[in-house]
Amino acid sequence: MTSSLRPDLKLIADMIKPGSRVLDVGCDDGSLLLYLVNEKKVDGRGIELSQKGVNASVVKGLFVIQGDADNDLNEYPDDSFDYVVLSKALQAMHRPREVLVNLLRIGKKAVVTIPNFGQWRVRLDLLTKGRMPVTKALDKTWYNTDNIHFCTIHDLFDMVAAEGITVKEFVPHRNDGTRLYMGRRRANWHADQALFLLEK
Amino acid sequence: MSLNKGHTITLFKDKALALDSGATLQPVNVCYETYGSLNADRSNAILICHALTGDQYVASKHPITGKSGWWERMVGPGLLIDTNKYFVVCSNVLGSCLGTTGPWEPDPATGKPWGLDFPVITIRDMVRVQAALLDELDVKDLFAVIGGSMGGMQVLEWLTTYPEKLHSAIVLASAARHTAQNIAFHEVGRQAVMADPNWHGGRYYEQDKKPDKGLAVARMTAHITYLSEDALTKKFGRNLQSRETVTFGFDADFQVESYLRHQGSTFVDRFDANSYLYITRAMDYLDIASRYNGRLADAFKGAAHVRCCVISFSSDWLYPTEENKRIVHAMNAAGVPVSFADITSPHGHDAFLLEEPEMDQMLAGFINAAAKTRELG
Repeated sequence: MTSSLRPDLKLIADMIKPGSRVLDVGCDDGSLLLYLVNEKKVDGRGIELSQKGVNASVVKGLFVIQGDADNDLNEYPDDSFDYVVLSKALQAMHRPREVLVNLLRIGKKAVVTIPNFGQWRVRLDLLTKGRMPVTKALDKTWYNTDNIHFCTIHDLFDMVAAEGITVKEFVPHRNDGTRLYMGRRRANWHADQALFLLEK
Repeated sequence: MSLNKGHTITLFKDKALALDSGATLQPVNVCYETYGSLNADRSNAILICHALTGDQYVASKHPITGKSGWWERMVGPGLLIDTNKYFVVCSNVLGSCLGTTGPWEPDPATGKPWGLDFPVITIRDMVRVQAALLDELDVKDLFAVIGGSMGGMQVLEWLTTYPEKLHSAIVLASAARHTAQNIAFHEVGRQAVMADPNWHGGRYYEQDKKPDKGLAVARMTAHITYLSEDALTKKFGRNLQSRETVTFGFDADFQVESYLRHQGSTFVDRFDANSYLYITRAMDYLDIASRYNGRLADAFKGAAHVRCCVISFSSDWLYPTEENKRIVHAMNAAGVPVSFADITSPHGHDAFLLEEPEMDQMLAGFINAAAKTRELG
């Protein structure tokens, strides 16, 4: 079976060792999990808020629980997964710091991707228009956005450091998944998104 | 269609059934229905577990009411539980009154109906009888065990007691324990039955009157718990029953009263009052975690290979979302592969019996994916 995967999800998949146990928090239609199950023989589980996403995942033969990270992660035992994935969802959490700590309680490693609010177009937009930026990755206006806790690459590095969490891999990239080979200072200007492989 | 008498089998003829209470039963008669046929590999059997006042007529005409099966929209050729593909078994539970041994049946020792001398049973006792039935039918293991409400409780006990016989399990609108509120409602129902002078200490079989009034009140109370407040309001509001104005009396002025009276009076034609006492008691006694030092997760330790699906309904206040989620979290903690959804529905607890497109989609996806892993796809 050949699986084609959205490039930004492929970056996440590349972080995951074959045969491991993976929890995908906010797994959407289960595309990433299905790829991981088929190509990397992982034991995969998902959490997804939308009924549509849950149904789409279950049809694929995946195991997904309808719920949200703010509330449902607490119920998972310590170290029950090798990896916990949180893709572009941290900014939508009510308590992102608690969620991040929870990810690394449940999983030995966490793969977290964020839309980078420090990217130069976002900064320019705010500077020139004086209004909260609406970008491709963050395409809602301030009053109806699910993204209530925006952060930049620097911000996430700061929070991770404050929690004593190690960044094992840092992969800044464009929206189309093209990897940018640069350090965090330049990446904070240029990257649309960034992936962090985190460990306690 | 002719009157369907169904199949009857006698189990525990040589070796008595040991019940959770410590008592034994010997023999046990079981009435059941089957649909479709067992394949050569004997890998396509599905057991459907019925709810409190349900029966084995899941997809066939009820012999007393003449109504079509209680899940006929789900079970049949080409339907979601496709009887062209699967061998479906549904048996009347232990303690019930549609042919399976219960308090209405003669006690072999005296030749008279058991009445309250019938031993108190549990959900797990019902499951033990189902397992014995399947052995007799030469079904070694189940592709799936499915049930809603009390049927879901049986599915949970299958997972704790016979996990090695399961490939997949579906639990709808259920719970792993009865809460104080659940027990309270059941107690009101039982007291209504027992307060009826015709109940006669459970020995009404020998007289020409049954405790119909009491059983009808029990059913009326229970029926309220099956519906949401919204559903009742939408269906009836404060509408009056065939009258322009209230009568300043105690007739069924309101449509909702008339509806409940109808539910109560038709119920007594098809159900035995003592069976109602015994089955509600069995449900009240359910607290699976209590057998595992309060850790529900430990109950599912043997089921890590069973594909599970749990569904709750947003307006179900009898077995609410939180109770279903407790099951899911415990399964997760035990490493059981489980999918869960809380279906947004206005229909209350009864939603699991009704047409709920989101539930159907999820069940179809789950069953078909499970079938592929057992080469039934």
